[in-house]
Amino acid sequence: MGARQWFLGWPVVRQATGPDKLGRGAAVQSQRSAALTPRTSTADKVVKSVCPYCAVGCGQQVFVKDGEVTQIEGDPNSPISRGRLCPKGSASKQLVTSPSRISEVLYRRPHGTDWERLPLDKAMDMIADRVIKTRREVWQDTNDDGCTLRRTMGIASLGGATLDNEENYLMKKLYTALGAVQIENQARI
Amino acid sequence: MPGLGTSFGRGGATTFQQDLQNADCIVIQGSNMAECHPVGFQWVMEAKRRGAKIIHVDPRFTRTSAVADVHVPLRAGSDIVFLGALVNHVLQNELDFREYVVAYTNASAILRDDYADPEDLDGLFSGFDKDNRTYDHTTWAYEDAEAAAAAGDRQDHPGDDHPGDHGGEQHGETARSESYGSGGATMRAKPHHDPTLQHPRCVYQVLKRHFARYTPELVQDVCGVPPELFAEVADAVTRNSGRERTTAFCYAVGWTQHTVGAQYIRTASILQSLLGNIGRPGGGILALRGHASIQGSTDIPTLFNILPGYIPMPHAEKHLDLDRFVAEDSGKTGFWGNMRAYTVSLLKAYWGEHATATNDYCFDYLPRITGNHGTYDTVMRQIKGECKGYFVVGENPAVGSANAKMQRLGMANLDWLVVRDFQLIESATFWKDGPEIETGELTTEEIATEVFFLPAAAHTEKDGSFTNTQRLLQWHHKAVEPPGEARSELWFYYHLGKIIREKLAGSTDVRDRPLLDLAWDYGEEGPLAEPSADLVLAEINGSGPDGPLSSYTELKDDGSTSSGCWIYCGVRAEGVNQAARRKPGKEQTWVAPEWGWAWPANRRILYNRASADPDGNPWSERKRYVWWDAEEEKWTGADVPDFEPTKRPDYEPPVDARAQDGIGGAEPFIMQTDGRAWLFAPAGLADGPMPTHYEPFESPVDNALYGQRENPTREAYDRPDNRYNPAGSDVFPFVFTTYRLTEHHTAGGMSRTLPYLSELQPEFFCEVSPALAEQRGLEHMGWATIVSARTAIEARVLVTERMKPLRVRGRIIHQVGLPYHWGPNGLSTGDAANELLSVVLDPNVHIQEAKAATCDIRPGRRPRGPGLLTFMDDYRRRAGVPEEGP
Repeated sequence: MGARQWFLGWPVVRQATGPDKLGRGAAVQSQRSAALTPRTSTADKVVKSVCPYCAVGCGQQVFVKDGEVTQIEGDPNSPISRGRLCPKGSASKQLVTSPSRISEVLYRRPHGTDWERLPLDKAMDMIADRVIKTRREVWQDTNDDGCTLRRTMGIASLGGATLDNEENYLMKKLYTALGAVQIENQARI
Repeated sequence: MPGLGTSFGRGGATTFQQDLQNADCIVIQGSNMAECHPVGFQWVMEAKRRGAKIIHVDPRFTRTSAVADVHVPLRAGSDIVFLGALVNHVLQNELDFREYVVAYTNASAILRDDYADPEDLDGLFSGFDKDNRTYDHTTWAYEDAEAAAAAGDRQDHPGDDHPGDHGGEQHGETARSESYGSGGATMRAKPHHDPTLQHPRCVYQVLKRHFARYTPELVQDVCGVPPELFAEVADAVTRNSGRERTTAFCYAVGWTQHTVGAQYIRTASILQSLLGNIGRPGGGILALRGHASIQGSTDIPTLFNILPGYIPMPHAEKHLDLDRFVAEDSGKTGFWGNMRAYTVSLLKAYWGEHATATNDYCFDYLPRITGNHGTYDTVMRQIKGECKGYFVVGENPAVGSANAKMQRLGMANLDWLVVRDFQLIESATFWKDGPEIETGELTTEEIATEVFFLPAAAHTEKDGSFTNTQRLLQWHHKAVEPPGEARSELWFYYHLGKIIREKLAGSTDVRDRPLLDLAWDYGEEGPLAEPSADLVLAEINGSGPDGPLSSYTELKDDGSTSSGCWIYCGVRAEGVNQAARRKPGKEQTWVAPEWGWAWPANRRILYNRASADPDGNPWSERKRYVWWDAEEEKWTGADVPDFEPTKRPDYEPPVDARAQDGIGGAEPFIMQTDGRAWLFAPAGLADGPMPTHYEPFESPVDNALYGQRENPTREAYDRPDNRYNPAGSDVFPFVFTTYRLTEHHTAGGMSRTLPYLSELQPEFFCEVSPALAEQRGLEHMGWATIVSARTAIEARVLVTERMKPLRVRGRIIHQVGLPYHWGPNGLSTGDAANELLSVVLDPNVHIQEAKAATCDIRPGRRPRGPGLLTFMDDYRRRAGVPEEGP
């Protein structure tokens, strides 16, 4: 590379002499950055989604490559959000790909001092046993006046506002069939 | 949201976010919208760009105030005085939209002659029972309500001796008012009217007398707002309402989380009704909700007191069978008159072929409620050892609920606990590293709770719908498989139900029938055997003999239709998932009716019949929205009419008409029994037919209006683990309020583990004014300890002019601001603001008072370990808080 070429290739000179006066495009491009492509352009698929944080309901586009979420951006088609996301929505890729996210079932036995591992199917079986047992032990057929209660006050549930409608539906349906009435979510918190 | 439900008939936002752009004035109060709903806030800015005046009323100067035209700082907990004074300003100066008020509200209805007002009874409404601290609502009814009950069935009901009212104590206890999420309270009669509004007992005159003392001088005295600032707001709101102009209100939990929360919203509802701003473009009341599907989890409730579609949970004493269950409502006029069809269709969705006419459609399979079984009641039962098993799914009560210590003590006393989340939140680890372990109040080895932590799937890993703040269902599609053993809630509850049913198969125990007869078939897809969310949505939508239903008007009470949530009927019209519609906004009108699906019936502005005058013509060209097309003989316009499509504006209901046939052609509030917006709520609320000012339960001042200081019907639990700061205590002289920041979410379970967000807001802080910092020796960026009768927490100090000391009741009141996102786990850590709050609840929905309480603040960090307990003993002693026994 000659001295002249070297000098003209200097970003500040390119900015001063070229069309990119603000230095936000070609003037500041290096060989490396010229070769880069956005990870959104190489995604295998783009999946339509909705931001999981507040209730504005911003549209999201989830970019996926090799079965992994590589980026989450606002959906410009949404008439509500028009492509925008707030800091939380913009950071939601970190929510779903967080290295501290737990992907195994953990178990703490009564009086235990630490977590233990438990296979998922074993955990499901144990939880089902406990639900059945508590329901049997803490059951009310009627009240003192003989009115039907058909319920257990031994089991309670909290949560739902971050979940899907379909999930809330199955929760309420199963709890109701179990006779569990102490079902609550963030709407009252 | 009973404030909206009892006023208008449905407990959801009356409008949608994009409609804010049409407003001529927007009042944001009880919300920091720019901070907490930043992307929705673009529609406020759009309105501002078009010339609208933006007013922010809030104790703090925030990101919302910064871009508003006017910021009104007021004392936390004094909003009813401010809003009531606006109502008074409208009434005294006759600035109401008279044609709208006479035709569409109950202003002209005549009340009974034995109704007495707080103005007569020093802060109590008539019917107060001092021993039980509850109201008998009899005297709040319309005159001759019973005798004149021409509309519909008037059979008598056991236990219901209050004509036209769900009745007294049980009403509040069981949070019946929350069931006005869709359908107003029961009045089994239409009132007499005086359209001249001159009758001394008509609602208009009663309202006028009730609010007469809510003057600008009172606003100054109680809220700390100077008269000229109040006048600016009063002028803006009234000038921007009427035929040609509309004003919108936005609120959030700054209004709801009070011991009079429902009445805050009632006051705004009264004001907006008087100004003619409901059901019209650029008007309305937008409830800003804080979780992706908190509206959905109320519509399809994970709540103790309601079933899907706001059908109440049956009460043991009152609802012995299906007939008696629906009797209260089935005689009504308005759409709630079809309650039997909605209930039978739900029972068919739950129990399918097992639900038949001969077995009352399995109505008896429903468990009964007997009182308040809300979350705080449950925690007290856990502490007593009565509630032994607990599922915590996507919520973090160990730091996210008021008096967080009580929550942990409850969890430490369980037999078993299931926590489903992405990360090891505080509710999963309290037994190991909770604050009580540090103080020595609990030891890990002594805690017997068996804990299962099950990893949850994220929104990108499952199909499903969220219902946003404007009642809009939007479908999110699965992008990837969940990692490892992470599963969706749909998977967890489907398989848990399946396993339990398998284990109980063959049981002859009658109590197992509801489980064994349950319709529980949702397919199993893919390697994880994931149930189909689309099949669940199809069940929610409902079906009949000819397949999927398209509207709740198709539901029948003869068992021929099923629908898991009647208000969502239509979301899968024609068998197509309407919530997944994504026609780009730019290819549609500004209403964008083909993006997602809004309940009910895809209507975006509720009560939009009111956007036309009684004859069906737009009130003005500028505010044209939905109108009567006389040639086509139908309602038409920019939105789906919230009205029967071909009911003529001049339709007069016959005297014996029931359900929707009892609603006249010029009565837009179709879920109300009388088709009108309720300025005065003769039924539906536990604490009064009209809002009246009470001080927060913990307040530094007396009530300027009445000897009755706080809400007489609030629910207080004075016990050793929930001590209250004495009223007017010198030890706890400051007001504190809690709130959110843009960069975090609720109690932090979904934000404190994210590096970007933790870097943006790295630790817990408190906001104080320079004057308070000076008074207490607090240093900017230093540490402060904040104390209530519950405990003490520490926070970094942010000294800022944004916090304004206010002169209230003749003295300076300082306010402390506390964002409540923190807890000890995650990347960004700090004490939880919820440690400071007590459990004291609104009587309508049992929500805690989180937005106004009292505290002390002092420089330095809080004591560690057992030292914290000694420190608190000293504080309680000095404040005169009892140590032992309730």
